[in-house]
Amino acid sequence: MNAAAGLAPPLIRARHLFKTYPARDGTPVAALSDVSFHVGHGEFVTVVGPSGCGKSTLLRMICGILPAGEGELALRGAPVTGPSASVGVVFQSPVLLAWRSVLDNVLLPIDVQRRGRTAYLPRARELLAMAGLSQFEGKYPHELSGGMQQRVAIVRALIHDPDLLLMDEPFGALDAMTREQMNLDLLRLWRGSGKTVMLVTHSIPEAVFLADRVIVMSPRPGRISEIVTVDLPRPRRLAMMATAEFGRLTETIRAHFGAHGEFDA
Amino acid sequence: MTRAPTWLLSAILAVVLLALWEGAVRLFAIPVIVIPPPSAVAAALWQGFGNGELVANFWITLAEVVLGFIAGAAFGLVAGALIGLFPLLERTLYPYIVAFQTVPKVAIAPIFVVWFGFGIASKVVITATIAFFPVLANTIMGLRAAPAEQVDLMLALTASRWQVLRMVRFPQALPYVFVGLDVAIVLAVIGAIVGEFVGAQGGLGFLILQHDFNFDMPGVFAILVLLSALGTGLHWIVTATQRRVVFWLHDPAHRTIGA
Repeated sequence: MNAAAGLAPPLIRARHLFKTYPARDGTPVAALSDVSFHVGHGEFVTVVGPSGCGKSTLLRMICGILPAGEGELALRGAPVTGPSASVGVVFQSPVLLAWRSVLDNVLLPIDVQRRGRTAYLPRARELLAMAGLSQFEGKYPHELSGGMQQRVAIVRALIHDPDLLLMDEPFGALDAMTREQMNLDLLRLWRGSGKTVMLVTHSIPEAVFLADRVIVMSPRPGRISEIVTVDLPRPRRLAMMATAEFGRLTETIRAHFGAHGEFDA
Repeated sequence: MTRAPTWLLSAILAVVLLALWEGAVRLFAIPVIVIPPPSAVAAALWQGFGNGELVANFWITLAEVVLGFIAGAAFGLVAGALIGLFPLLERTLYPYIVAFQTVPKVAIAPIFVVWFGFGIASKVVITATIAFFPVLANTIMGLRAAPAEQVDLMLALTASRWQVLRMVRFPQALPYVFVGLDVAIVLAVIGAIVGEFVGAQGGLGFLILQHDFNFDMPGVFAILVLLSALGTGLHWIVTATQRRVVFWLHDPAHRTIGA
């Protein structure tokens, strides 16, 4: 699929991935079933699907905070055995530490990985400025709006310059207007950075708007229905959502859920 | 409403209540040994401070409360941290601590007096055992309070177990610890007085018994006023410390974050 795939290992490669959870009564519940895909360097890939389709499970496995199941899951050609320092993570809620100022929250990965704050201070300030948060570096999370808190979380995920950014429904808790703005801001931060982004969402328009490719998942158990290539030009503009091509892509994806009548968003 | 009128209302309320009390005692000619009027209590306070009796015994009780509180809180913190961090300890040790907690400390007080004497030591031990449990229970709960997402984030950042503790679990436990400390400081005053009732050579509780034997009700009430002031002052110190340490909780919007 990807021209580079034959030369170097893709950034993420999943082959015949299975994952089961023990349910409360002990019977195993399948979360992922025969999931195979790869993500190339610098690609923006979104994963879309209804609740319970295993998309968050998949992301948490790539993060290394959930033990890998059966099958092959490799990051830069090496099997995932635990968290990696060159990965940035954003969750649905900002998960900011209330006792740390905005700047200190942004520097959390630097503190954890003992990289030395002074070396990263200029980068922290630069990223905060790009996120429109320059005046807020001394504020505490409770003094910020939900959208601003999530911006801080994204800046924190980028501070140690990871080459892979994993985002688990990062804008799911925001209102529609803020969400569109955050999508644009995210693309602006990503463009030209060379970073790879894998973003999980249950919004089909968001998945299409952001992505180079959309991995469409269906539930019970989580499996990949289709991988849709989005060839809308970049930079993306909100007006593109009104184009026929955008409509065709979202319809293609929606058809997977319409058939089961299971989509919840 | 601004602060000043609230203050003023509060002061007016106090004056009115004291006046009603004074008036009722005089009107119905209630004997002083049943309910002394506020004026008699004030006189007793004045006299007690004048002859040094109140001050000397106040220091004894204060020392018992503070030393007992510090010892009890320190043990509560350490034991709470150990139990909170090692689930095995919770299953094995915690049931015994709860069983000990269900024994009324008043019932143990005479034993402590036998063991540690009529001096300050037995009162410190009683106070410590009373102050221990609320700090322990809240520390355990606080260490479990870190949201799973915060721990996941730390793990994803390649944090060690110790870093998760230091950077997330400990700070997250602080609000709970302060709830425990606040309960403990108030209980500590009760502990010291109970200890002095059982057997002592000094302190405000000891002084209450002396005045009681002499039917000196204004004297007893004067000490109650002082005890109330002591408890209020200590509670205020804990609350003020909490406000500075756990500053992020004193904003009405705090519930929207930290998930």
